Amino acid sequence: MKKYVSIFAVFLCVVSYGQEKKVNDDFELELEAEYRYFPNEAAFEGQKDHFPSLAISPEYSLSWNKGYDVLNFKGFFRLDVDDERTHWDIRELYYQKSKKNWEISLGLKKVYWGVTESNHLVDIINQTDAVESFDGEKKLGQPMAQFSLSTKNIGTFDFFYLPFHRKRTFPGTKARLRFPIVIDQDDLNYESSAEEWHQDFAIRWKHYIGSVDIGLSHFYGTGREPLFILNYDFNIEAFYPIINQTGLDIQVTNNAFLWKLESIYRTSDAQDFFALVGGVEYTFSNIKSSGLDVGFLLEYLYDDRDELALTGLQNDVFFGSRIAFNDVQSTEILIGGIADLEKSSKIFSLEASRRLGESWKLEVEGRFFSNIDNREFILSNFQEDSFFRLSVLKYF
Amino acid sequence: MMKRIIVFALLVGSVSMVIAQSPEEKGLEIAKAANKADEGFGSLEVNLKMILKNKNGQVSEREITNKILEQIEDGDKSLVAFNTPRDVKGTATLTFTHKVGSDDQWLYLPSIKRVKRISSSNKSGPFMGSEFAFEDLSSDEVEKYVYKFVEEKEGLLIVEQDPVDPKSGYARRLVSYNKNKGYRVEKIEFYDRKNELLKTLVHKDYKQYKNKHWRSGTMVMTNHQSGKETTLLFSDYNFGVELADEDFTENALKRIGG
Repeated sequence: MKKYVSIFAVFLCVVSYGQEKKVNDDFELELEAEYRYFPNEAAFEGQKDHFPSLAISPEYSLSWNKGYDVLNFKGFFRLDVDDERTHWDIRELYYQKSKKNWEISLGLKKVYWGVTESNHLVDIINQTDAVESFDGEKKLGQPMAQFSLSTKNIGTFDFFYLPFHRKRTFPGTKARLRFPIVIDQDDLNYESSAEEWHQDFAIRWKHYIGSVDIGLSHFYGTGREPLFILNYDFNIEAFYPIINQTGLDIQVTNNAFLWKLESIYRTSDAQDFFALVGGVEYTFSNIKSSGLDVGFLLEYLYDDRDELALTGLQNDVFFGSRIAFNDVQSTEILIGGIADLEKSSKIFSLEASRRLGESWKLEVEGRFFSNIDNREFILSNFQEDSFFRLSVLKYF
Repeated sequence: MMKRIIVFALLVGSVSMVIAQSPEEKGLEIAKAANKADEGFGSLEVNLKMILKNKNGQVSEREITNKILEQIEDGDKSLVAFNTPRDVKGTATLTFTHKVGSDDQWLYLPSIKRVKRISSSNKSGPFMGSEFAFEDLSSDEVEKYVYKFVEEKEGLLIVEQDPVDPKSGYARRLVSYNKNKGYRVEKIEFYDRKNELLKTLVHKDYKQYKNKHWRSGTMVMTNHQSGKETTLLFSDYNFGVELADEDFTENALKRIGG
């Protein structure tokens, strides 16, 4: 470890040599006290109902050369009733140099691709921090070398070299939102004999022409989603396959209408499939000059994999409403639901947040599983796992 | 030399026009002159403190960084990033203003590292809970209004401006230009869609940069209907940053937000 630190220090000296000496640094800390409550009786042995939890995330950034050279760090630690949800991560630790129309990043970083709200199909660079949130929007830091080139007329090109794969963490015995059998992340193997050291690559082109934003991407390497297949003994086998995934994301912004589409085609030795999510968002803004914005969302979700789709979103409709008060405290509410078009299954959700004073924030979340069909491979396990979450965050 | 002759010819031309000028023509001429007077700033960077005060006197603050790149053919490019409140630190917008048609705008959400193209049709809504609407903060392009000269009072030229865009929250604005100080704006009165006085914006603490460009250090927006007030304090004006198109890309938006 010491060796790495000194190599890093030398590296920093080299990159900063001869540059403007003015260095800015910034440290901040976020503390979160969270309480999750599952009112229904647990479906499986050992599961708890109450989950008080604490999380801390320190952030440090150093920038010099007028901000064209930066070093960013973001750590994360959570203490929870569930042993698996008690976890830490380096969300970000990377050096970035930008010059004119190009930019290079080295280290652990987070990258987001995509346009839709109910599912994030195209987004593949980072592994999901699956124990952290239900919507899958929390991610683990991904080791990478990224080169990005912006051109004047033909968009931005991003090249990624991803040398190391990170496995998904599954909930522990005491946790809700799990399968009857507790899956340990080490139970899942790799298709590649190089295991987590399989060298992965990705490329993305992003451009906008008038009101149209378009992204086209390709990923080759170990998939972020484990693959569940039925083997000859009718047992479910799970592993991380080598995949090729091509993704397309398009958004057309037409006045208050946002038309969105994300689609992927993924191939591997064991399984090829196609998935898409597409829809529209319309916002009534500043209603009666009150500052209130009310947006409506409608998206259709399709996945070839059917029951084995990890998300359970194989032929579903998402509907929702985003309400922003645009007040001093930035109060926001997002309510929505996902309904299966073939089965009775529905999931309703509520997310709300409001700033308290200058440096506090309150968040409320609710997820409600309703009439989950027993044929749902994944969701049927979560029938009793409707929950409420309350979080208080303090920023230093 | 050639340039001077042309300028002279234009001056002579405009002087002779004054005689037969309608209020509409004179209003437009003043707006163009104000635009012309500030042309050539190139690019700039400035820090802002926004102080929101409700009618009970309770105060809330935001710290913002703003970068602007001047465009001659089309509207300016702008990057706005929040430093406080802490929970929105790094939230940033990239805007390409257009002289005609709606602006292009992207929002960066640092918590999930997401860049989102957003609709620029919400012009009249409040900016971060303040008394400034989005349209009050976007770059003032001549093409965005229909003009009418009202009167000249104590060296101030008062021009009525009707927004072209039907999505504007205003029926009209009354803008006071200071003829003797490079046509800088001293005051704007905003009338709502019912044509009632809604807000007054006063520019104070002007300073001249690069011997040409007037920038006010303090702007106070008072909402007469709600009794609320927002003050903008500008500091560290930097006209020497020499920003380029490359500093106004999606990548630059992500970098500024962290």
